[in-house]
Amino acid sequence: MANVMQFDLVSPERSLASLEATSVQIPGADGDLTAMPGHAPLLTSLRPGVVRVQTADGEKDFVVTRGFAEVSAESISVIAEHAHKGEDVTKADLEDVIADARKAAADAGEEHKDGAEKFVSDLEHLMHDMV
Amino acid sequence: MPNLKDLKNRITSVKNTRKITKAMQMVAAAKLRRAQEAAEQSRPYTERFNAVLGGLAASVGGSDSAPKLLSGTGSDQTHLLVVMTAERGLCGGFNANISKLARAKAAELKAAGKTVKVLTVGKKGRDAIKRDLGEDFVGHVDLTEVKRVGYDDAQGIARDILVRFDAAEFDVATIFYSKFVNVVSQIPTEQQIIPAAFDADADGASTLYDYEPSEEALLADLLPRGVATQIFAALLENGASEQGARMSAMDNATRNAGEMIDKLTIEYNRSRQAVITNELIEIISGAEAL
Repeated sequence: MANVMQFDLVSPERSLASLEATSVQIPGADGDLTAMPGHAPLLTSLRPGVVRVQTADGEKDFVVTRGFAEVSAESISVIAEHAHKGEDVTKADLEDVIADARKAAADAGEEHKDGAEKFVSDLEHLMHDMV
Repeated sequence: MPNLKDLKNRITSVKNTRKITKAMQMVAAAKLRRAQEAAEQSRPYTERFNAVLGGLAASVGGSDSAPKLLSGTGSDQTHLLVVMTAERGLCGGFNANISKLARAKAAELKAAGKTVKVLTVGKKGRDAIKRDLGEDFVGHVDLTEVKRVGYDDAQGIARDILVRFDAAEFDVATIFYSKFVNVVSQIPTEQQIIPAAFDADADGASTLYDYEPSEEALLADLLPRGVATQIFAALLENGASEQGARMSAMDNATRNAGEMIDKLTIEYNRSRQAVITNELIEIISGAEAL
């Protein structure tokens, strides 16, 4: 069975998904990427975005913010700090997250400012995509 | 000998106490189940996270460019003790055991000439160590309002600690919490979180990964989250331990109340019998006198 891979999505509070996928699109820190079975081992951190999983019975979306993904030839694990099923996320939720992130960016020290601001803009981008 | 009315009142009062402890035991049992579930569900995250971080740390750790969170500040003069206890009492030795361990550690460090700073999480521990370590307190995290500890709470504590670390307020951070073994056994534990300590047998390094962005950037990104993850895991363990400790404490209390009721009831019956006998003697001797 070389054409499917094990996909796991875990957040600190629970494990959200564990299923067989044919391909997975992940919002990597340096750009979106799609992992298919047989992918070279890769470790990437994540931007806030949508993880799109193609399975035998359709497509599943998960919204993740911060975290990282571990890709190997036969499995892919997304380890996210916050993850939700795509259909559960509403615009209002995202707005709350963005408001918090903005506040954090405003409070952040010099050293972390860039990162925090990038986080905000990534979130805004994600929000824009959803609408 | 106490009079009958007093005895009766005491029995009623102990019965009420037994009802309360029984109810608390059952509530603790239900909460324990929930706490264990929460701990169970967070385990995959923690395990994977630590495996990846361990692997990364093993491959970058040796270099000079390793982040301070991993390699330390180069000294161990100032220690931050993060004492995590419960917000509520009536849970046996739970809070006392954690505070005792923290106090012992603080005394040991002070004897070695180190500076000790204390950050408390949970009201009970704060009260318990206030007398000994009151002047070393640097902060307190209040979780009274939190019904169910979430990752956000852990993140908040982690942020607090990291800000202090960035400000060079301390060199080494250790958390104190209670490991849940089973309902009757919870082990107070200390765990060093900064600089991060990993199991040497982390096998994550065996696979050769591509890294995006670079290995160092990834590690620098993950280490602060590692702190949050460890605190979250500790909070969950603590939650389960607290409920377990409360459950067995309340079970004992219920049993003791039962024993006390039995004893008091026997005493009550005896006194009642004595009163009746007395009255009979009085009546009979009164009749004989006629």
